[in-house]
Amino acid sequence: MGRKILFITTDQQRYDTLGCNGGTLARTPVIDAVAAAGVRYERAHPQSVVCMPSRSTMITGQHPSTHGVWMNGVALPETAPSVAEVLQQAGYRTAIIGKPHFEPFLDPFAKFPENGFARNGTFGPHRGFEHFESATHGAVGPLHYARWLASTHPETVGMFYPVLDGALEVNAMGGGDTGAPQAWSNAIPRDWYHTDWVADRTISWLDGLAADDDWFCWMSFPDPHHPWDPPASEVGRIDWRDVPLPDGYPQNAAEREAILDAKPRHWRAWYDGRIVSNYEAPHDWVPATLTADQIREVNALNAVECELIDEAIGRVLAAISARGWDDDVDIVFTTDHGELQGDFGLLFKGPYHVDGLMRLPLVWRPAPSAGQTPAAVSRPVGIVDLAPTFCAIAGLPVPEWMEGKPLPVDDTDADARGFERVLTEWDSMLFGVDVHLRTIMRDHWVCTTYQPGYSHDGTEGELYDISADPLQQVNRWDDPSLASLRSDLIADLWDHQPVQQQPLLPVEAPV
Amino acid sequence: MLGSLRHEIRIARSADDVWARVSDAGALHEWFPGLIACTVDGSTRVITMGSGISMPEEILVNDSAQRRFQYRITAPVFQHHRGTIDVIDLHDGTCLVVYSTEADPRTMALVIAGGTNDALKELKRQMEPGQTTTDATEGSH
Repeated sequence: MGRKILFITTDQQRYDTLGCNGGTLARTPVIDAVAAAGVRYERAHPQSVVCMPSRSTMITGQHPSTHGVWMNGVALPETAPSVAEVLQQAGYRTAIIGKPHFEPFLDPFAKFPENGFARNGTFGPHRGFEHFESATHGAVGPLHYARWLASTHPETVGMFYPVLDGALEVNAMGGGDTGAPQAWSNAIPRDWYHTDWVADRTISWLDGLAADDDWFCWMSFPDPHHPWDPPASEVGRIDWRDVPLPDGYPQNAAEREAILDAKPRHWRAWYDGRIVSNYEAPHDWVPATLTADQIREVNALNAVECELIDEAIGRVLAAISARGWDDDVDIVFTTDHGELQGDFGLLFKGPYHVDGLMRLPLVWRPAPSAGQTPAAVSRPVGIVDLAPTFCAIAGLPVPEWMEGKPLPVDDTDADARGFERVLTEWDSMLFGVDVHLRTIMRDHWVCTTYQPGYSHDGTEGELYDISADPLQQVNRWDDPSLASLRSDLIADLWDHQPVQQQPLLPVEAPV
Repeated sequence: MLGSLRHEIRIARSADDVWARVSDAGALHEWFPGLIACTVDGSTRVITMGSGISMPEEILVNDSAQRRFQYRITAPVFQHHRGTIDVIDLHDGTCLVVYSTEADPRTMALVIAGGTNDALKELKRQMEPGQTTTDATEGSH
């Protein structure tokens, strides 16, 4: 009998939303305790800041250029390698429960297997998961949660925020008390909300396993991704009026806009409503209209969702404990990417490689039977390192096709094994707007280069000293005193760049 | 808001042969993956997708001289739609098939174009027995 693996992901969760990472708004005692008993990573970056590429990195252990999911709406090929398949072939029982999103959701031609299981009343197998039970942010669509809700509690389906508007764009409609975009009062009882459903289904799957099974269970919560529509019964936990504004939000508009103006021009263009380069940012919403109170309310609702996730995880851990598995279970908690959540006066996400989107919560509590000493790791690691870590936990060699390395257990281990840099990439081409970024985080610098595109001529960039400027408000790309450093970082970035898969895989849907 | 996308593919078969297939309005589901049924009554065609959704269409052009087939989806979700398939003779025994999609809402253009890309690949596969297909290419604005 080997070590079992509970892989917990959320969607679009910031580093600073966990108590163990210094967060003060959401109470997250369960993950805080997991972190205290394990390894907490202070510089974990995704290889893409949107869902499908990042989740494809999780399952393949490859950068987006390699696995080919270069933007949302591109399906991960069915032939793509999968860490779940590696584990399954080694005898592991495998499941993914919650949000998968390796294939587009908008699928009228029923092309993608991921969307077919619920329609057919089946649960996989797919991509190495013997059990595939899916959910996303609401109650519509071809996924198991939506089908379950529609069949058992049809009166609740209309209670969720309508993610798309009448023009099939991501909805800009405001709600809540402040009219914040995608804030919403959802009357659904908590027990039927997708967070608790994911935990319930996870517990159910675990209950069906034999005591001596080895298992890999990916529990994938759709929250705290927008819409921010947690059950109304829980919203009172945090009064948005008491929520402090984030440090990354300069309250003075002129100061905010001066910071944006020092960044590549698509930053200010989005703020002013002139360009939307990511489908998931509501097309009809202008960030410059965002008010301080709206930021407070969004952060409050987001924190409520984080608390519900933490409590749901607590229930799953209790179920694992009841099975007597405590000593043999590795727990890995992370997310696919972050959320701007008011930084620079912005919400949502897009081609903006700053901490709000790139600095992720990542916690690994090795199985207590492994005897690992708790630690914090300050060196850069990536989501690309997760799949190799799962192999290492299972005592399997890391396949050659994986591009990451098993996560370090402390900084000494990180230094010994060369955790010097982490790379993030962005490519998008949507309705004539194309954007291309390549980013390296090394030492205490984050450096982003821009390739020619709709808004950029290829000379633009961003360079931040995250130790002196943790909010990335001073772009030092054009600082002559840093010219040599900038050249060195760019050379390092390209020296370690994965080869872009060509031809590009087709975009099949917006998301 | 209008979305406009295009896919094209070169097929090693005469334009006349490919046009014969493309211009058969009632046989679209035989080479468009994800369509499970297709009925034609005069200038009205109804397609049924794999998800079970049916869409009425109006056939606008079926022009053998130009080798152009054009139609529009008339379902109310569309403010505007044009689907256009051109078969262009390259005068070397091969042809270029261009499948263009315009739609408002533009999201539907993207989703439909994901299907038309597969359709072109399947058309090539059927028209070139024994050949492997490569991705069709795409342009958009």
